[in-house]
Amino acid sequence: MAERTVEMASKHGLHARPASLFTQAVAKSGLPVQISKDGGAAVNAASILGVISLGIEHGDTVSLTSEAPSADALLDELVALLGSDLDAA
Amino acid sequence: MGAEVTTQLHGTGIGRGVAVGPVLRMPDPLPEPDDTASTLTPDAEKERARASLAATAAIIRHRGERAGGSAKDVLEAQAFMAEDPTLIDDVGVRIDTGKTAERAVFEAFAAFRDLLLSMGGYMGERATDLDDVSQRVVAHLRGVPAPGVPDPDHPFVLVARDLAPADTALLDLDKVLALVTSDGGPTSHTAILAREKSIVAIVGVANALALSDGTEVIVDAAGSTVTVSPSAEERSGAHERAEQLKNARNSATGPGALADGTPVPLLANLGSADGAEDAIAKGAEGVGLFRTEFLFLDSTSAPTVEEQKAQYVRLLQAFSGKKVVVRALDAGADKPLSFLNDAAEENPALGLRGLRALRANEPILRDQLAALAAADAETDAEVWVMAPMVSTVEETRYFTALAREVGLKTAGVMVEVPSSALLADRILADADFASIGTNDLTQYTLAADRLLGSVASFQDPWHPAVLKLVGEVGKAGQALGKPVGICGEAAADPLLAVVLVGLGATTLSMSPSALADVRAELARFTLDEAKHFAELALSANSAVEARGAVTTAAAAG
Repeated sequence: MAERTVEMASKHGLHARPASLFTQAVAKSGLPVQISKDGGAAVNAASILGVISLGIEHGDTVSLTSEAPSADALLDELVALLGSDLDAA
Repeated sequence: MGAEVTTQLHGTGIGRGVAVGPVLRMPDPLPEPDDTASTLTPDAEKERARASLAATAAIIRHRGERAGGSAKDVLEAQAFMAEDPTLIDDVGVRIDTGKTAERAVFEAFAAFRDLLLSMGGYMGERATDLDDVSQRVVAHLRGVPAPGVPDPDHPFVLVARDLAPADTALLDLDKVLALVTSDGGPTSHTAILAREKSIVAIVGVANALALSDGTEVIVDAAGSTVTVSPSAEERSGAHERAEQLKNARNSATGPGALADGTPVPLLANLGSADGAEDAIAKGAEGVGLFRTEFLFLDSTSAPTVEEQKAQYVRLLQAFSGKKVVVRALDAGADKPLSFLNDAAEENPALGLRGLRALRANEPILRDQLAALAAADAETDAEVWVMAPMVSTVEETRYFTALAREVGLKTAGVMVEVPSSALLADRILADADFASIGTNDLTQYTLAADRLLGSVASFQDPWHPAVLKLVGEVGKAGQALGKPVGICGEAAADPLLAVVLVGLGATTLSMSPSALADVRAELARFTLDEAKHFAELALSANSAVEARGAVTTAAAAG
């Protein structure tokens, strides 16, 4: 199982446009990824409604996990997304 | 009524246009699916739900590809909502408890909608998207046409109860000949859209929903009438008049002025720097209302001074050498901003909004004024700044002192509250100018919520009580030699614009697309005639009488 932890960098958290960029990146990969905030319940990271419902704000600690054996590259890409200022993207 | 009989329906016309075409009705929203136990197995219901969600996503995506532009992004996001795995799981859980696919879809979308609403701000605005997708999926499950904006391959007259922003975002305006609504007043979203896009429209037409698809109608905004099943002469007359209007619009150019040469500068209302080029092309002589909310609306915190300054510089460069009136952030009531005022209010229109909210968050106001002063120093437009929703002399002094302190030379106030209009002589003793926001002034004078359809008939700026208050401000401006602008929807109504000038307005600001019609109308009358029209309107008993009296006098002149 691949796992990553990252601090949310976007000033406005994982709302709206950043959330849509993030979930689309997951959906495009076709790999199963779970996302959780501060050790709470995990949701499907390809679900924009699920991700938004976590209410991730700037500075929150976000965990990504995947059961897929080949998910390391994808998780690295997602961590880079969350660690960058998505609002400026 | 038979289709062969010519009848007339009446409402409130927006602008002066006329159009002829077949009716298309906006379908009514679907009723909520009954919460009755399913007669199918959960697996069968899940398969129905899965198929309809997937089909709806595909349809929405296809429409997005056809629409292109910003509509494509909106529709793409809606398609993702229909395909959302969390939502599909939630629908499945609800079906497992014995619900039908229709009910499970309805409840699952409603739950997410409530969640988004509770998050407020930008996410709250997406809640209507979820409702729209939910309706489409439920319609697909039932095998009925999807509610929402019709999308035929021919031009049509759209007939609706009222239009929501979500509807109009998807409307193919090139095909809409005219809008007719049964609800809504002259400041409803439909009316504002019609003015912005120069679409012929009549709102508040009581029997509009009795019109059936395919019926030919003449929509005459100047006469506020919808002629059903017109005769051949009526049809050709309408086409002829549409042609004349087009010619008049194209021939009126240059700065705004009355027939006797009295100048009435015509300015643009803008919501971002993006519209500047279009406004100038349409003959705007400056900006009479620059709304700054766009800088803040997507944010959970205020933008920095540098970020704001860059936007102001862009705007001011476009209007080099011209007047640009910038309104300080106007949050509240219909456009709340969580970082300004988080408190739930029972009467937000009477709450902590406008300058009141800015004053409670003075650092945000100071930053905005500083950014504007810095942009002013770098450019050579003539920058004026004004405060929204000022209700006392003391507030006027507070704002103008702050603006002058940061180096802005011309500071004024918006007159939207009757108290400010009544004390305009004292307010203008301090403020450098006043700008009347007729939408809010009407709402506060007649105690009728602008956003509430059931009281839309009160929301008419032709009301003599509203005009009397405008006249108070006009008089004070004249006595003190201070400019009085109008920046509400009223200024975009060509004949009312003449009345407002008669009441003492010195400039008019409106959606750029309304400039041509107002310019043409002003050129028809002298200042004395405008004053005479103002007298007629002031002595009327109602908005309808006022409009009627001035329309008759204008036609006679």
